[in-house]
Amino acid sequence: MRTTKLKLAGVAVAGAMLLAACGGGDDASSAAACEVGTTDGDLYLYNWSEYIDPDLKTAFEEQYGVAVIEDNYDSNEAMQPIVAEGNSGYDVIVPSDYMVSIMIEEGSLMPLNLDAIPNMANLDPVFYPAPYDPTGAYTAAYQWGTTGLGVDLTVLGEDTPRTWGLIFDPELSANFGGNITLLNDPRETLGAALKYLGYSLNTTSAEELDEAKAVVADAVARIAAFDSDQYDELLVSGQTQVAHGYSGNMLYGIYDAENPDDYTYFVPDEGGTIWTDNMALPFDAPHPCTAHTFINFILDAENGAALTNWNLYGSPNAASEPFIDAEVLENEIVYPADRSKLEFITNTGDFETNFSDAFSEAKG
Amino acid sequence: MSQATNRRLPIWALRLNGSAVLLFLYAPIILLLVFSFSASRIPGQWGGFTTEWYATLFDDSRLQRTISVSVRVALISTVIATVLGTMSALALERFKFRGRRVFDALLYLPIIIPDVTMAVMMLMFFSQSFNLVEAVFGIAITKGFATIVISHVAFNIAFVSVVVRARIAGMDATLEQAASDLYATRWQAFRFVTLPLIAPGVLGGALLAVTLSLDDVVVTQFVAGPGSTTLPVYVFSLIRKGVTPTINAVSVIMLVASLILVAGSVGLQRANASRGRQQLQTTGGTS
Amino acid sequence: MVEGRCSGGGKAVSVGIAEAKRDRSERRRGLLLALPSFAYMILFFAVPLIIVLVYSFATRTSTGSTSLSDWNLDAYRKLGEPIVRNVVLRSVVLALVTTAICLLVAYPFAWFCAHQRPVVRNMMLVAVMIPFWTNFLVRNYAWRLLLSSGGPISSFTEAIGLGETNILFTKTAVVIGLVYAYLPFMILPLFASIDRLDRRLVEAGRDLYGSGSQTFRRIVLPLTMPGVIAGSILVFVPSMGAYVTPELLGGGKETLLGSYIVTQFLTARNWPVGASLSFVLMAVMLVSTIIYFRSGGKNL
Repeated sequence: MRTTKLKLAGVAVAGAMLLAACGGGDDASSAAACEVGTTDGDLYLYNWSEYIDPDLKTAFEEQYGVAVIEDNYDSNEAMQPIVAEGNSGYDVIVPSDYMVSIMIEEGSLMPLNLDAIPNMANLDPVFYPAPYDPTGAYTAAYQWGTTGLGVDLTVLGEDTPRTWGLIFDPELSANFGGNITLLNDPRETLGAALKYLGYSLNTTSAEELDEAKAVVADAVARIAAFDSDQYDELLVSGQTQVAHGYSGNMLYGIYDAENPDDYTYFVPDEGGTIWTDNMALPFDAPHPCTAHTFINFILDAENGAALTNWNLYGSPNAASEPFIDAEVLENEIVYPADRSKLEFITNTGDFETNFSDAFSEAKG
Repeated sequence: MSQATNRRLPIWALRLNGSAVLLFLYAPIILLLVFSFSASRIPGQWGGFTTEWYATLFDDSRLQRTISVSVRVALISTVIATVLGTMSALALERFKFRGRRVFDALLYLPIIIPDVTMAVMMLMFFSQSFNLVEAVFGIAITKGFATIVISHVAFNIAFVSVVVRARIAGMDATLEQAASDLYATRWQAFRFVTLPLIAPGVLGGALLAVTLSLDDVVVTQFVAGPGSTTLPVYVFSLIRKGVTPTINAVSVIMLVASLILVAGSVGLQRANASRGRQQLQTTGGTS
Repeated sequence: MVEGRCSGGGKAVSVGIAEAKRDRSERRRGLLLALPSFAYMILFFAVPLIIVLVYSFATRTSTGSTSLSDWNLDAYRKLGEPIVRNVVLRSVVLALVTTAICLLVAYPFAWFCAHQRPVVRNMMLVAVMIPFWTNFLVRNYAWRLLLSSGGPISSFTEAIGLGETNILFTKTAVVIGLVYAYLPFMILPLFASIDRLDRRLVEAGRDLYGSGSQTFRRIVLPLTMPGVIAGSILVFVPSMGAYVTPELLGGGKETLLGSYIVTQFLTARNWPVGASLSFVLMAVMLVSTIIYFRSGGKNL
């Protein structure tokens, strides 16, 4: 008796919750009415690891008299459900480009009150409004970078061909087969293969994807590992000679090496990914005014420069240029000269599962 | 004669196996220990002896906060899970009741469920139940320390229960009967006979629960609230930059702390056991 | 699972009213004892699980969220695809290998342990558990260092003239990592079982002129089978779902079930398929656990 009642109760509770699920979380949120520079509580920041200079956080805390509490995530897809479900407790999140378009479509972001962010004008017009946020109402670009190859010049030589073929071409990669790492990310890795084949990395053609899958499957035998976190260390410690990875991380790793001049990073000639991380507010941010003030703070010319000088990624802030260290500004890794072949990753909708399945299948 | 050599031959092999296993289990720990004193920031490269990483622990308030959260979550969730798990074990092993099979099966699920599935389901559960509460009662709750504890208890009950059940099942049930024959009440029989006998199992279950709680990443990541990050989640999010010697230092400290805890509880147990043995001796029971 | 060990009401049912009353109060006691955890598990485990079960019948929208309106079996149909079969097969093989190695290594260890003085014995058991109070991720990274071509093992083999060894990012590395992670789960149940072995039975075997291996095969092994089974399950189940170790030590070059499920939830954001995969995995595990228990012994 009691246990059947318990079970029935359980099912009833579950049912009620599912009903609540249908109703919850899709209030069309409107921008918060905030004045410039005001705060309404401490800032809860949800950010990638090691992506903000601690001195900047301290400066913000001192300037506005609030605390900055930061938590970290390691992937957009782990951050998104936590925010989308509501009551995450965060005021500012830092989603990547394609995730921004997903979150806008799902109503997970609160529109920005642009009056409270006058420094938005500092952004380079390339980044504002951004293709993934066409109305410019939801995000402010934070940092941008590219995905490419880090290489060991002592093994490959100074005049190594700058091509994805270093991984995908069996002949080219013969010299250092087994000492390559690829990113463990379906869009990035299949994207690299697509670029190598001359296609767009946002293709929704099953044939093109199949070709890319074959290329990657062929390369699996020649790589050491799929690694999205330590590719720079593996490169610099000599375990690998070609590393697929992100520009800033790679640069950091190279600086840490004993002989930084032995290594370099480039985006292959066939093209690659350019990506942007952006500041945004979850739809139910508890302290929107502080959040707006924070965004405005980061978009300040000098603060933006400090950010870039610290994490070695590109600043989307045009006004920051005079304040960025010369060696960072001139570094081709951070600011590549030719950006014509670079593409943003965009959400391919239902085709996303094709990408991830193709990746799983390529691995065997 | 041949029996003696038969018995003697494997002993050195057993000893060898034993030492090999222990070496195997401790190799990474030794590595951790050694490199926690290395001055090089790059993991695996020896850069000269230093204790600076231990020193930075005192300055890193964020790290300290995550350790504090982890330890508190582990302790509270272990206590609750051990109590509930022991009660479940006793109920399942000593009684028949309606719904027993369902309960039994239910207690296997946390052991076989993939971490990520549990993480996702707890996230959905909390979000939607908080929405429900807000809709009905108007009170807004957020995820945080409590939700982490609740989730950890949810999987730890099962693990504690398995360990304690194994202990109970191996127990001589007639001892409890003997106690009741000697006019002990149920409670007295439980307190003086059952509990001491299952104590190693309960302790073992508790130790397992602490370990699982301290190591949990994915579930905690999804049900934590802002500012309530635990140590493994924090470490997980740091791996982009590689495991620095600071993390090594933290691991060593936690290891030493656990060692002290264990030594303490072993000492306590021995004191209890000898006291118990004395009691049993005076009452003429078996040990 | 364990039927005959109740001290109270097993046999008395048909005898009399007084016995029947005692039986009922036993049942009530049992229920009361179980109720707090039962209720807890229903609310905080079964209900969330039901929510995910429901999701397995839902559809993935183009933005990767789950739409709770178009109910279908697509997520389950997907399980018939060859990729799923390959992934499952590969994971089963890996889990079986890990379990076998753990068994071979742990049995002598547990035997040795059980034959020591209590002080030494307890120390050894605690010594087995202590490494697991460091962070799981950090342990994996330590193995990564150990197995790399610049690591201690490689330096050792170079020093003795065997050349560089690079075990990292191979299947061997994954097996080493998994055996490392789950060895205690095999040692402890085996120990518990061996500890309860009545030595006199082993002596009897010897007295009847049984050889060492005969004694083992016909007396020791069957009697310690509950421990073998419990340990095997405690190793096999998590090995099936492991994903951190294969990625960190194996380089993620093979898709295993654990990473496949994680991919569905956290990369492809295809929650219905993640849910259906999880449920099928759990169903398979539950069924095999029940079969194992029924066949090989009911308790330790």
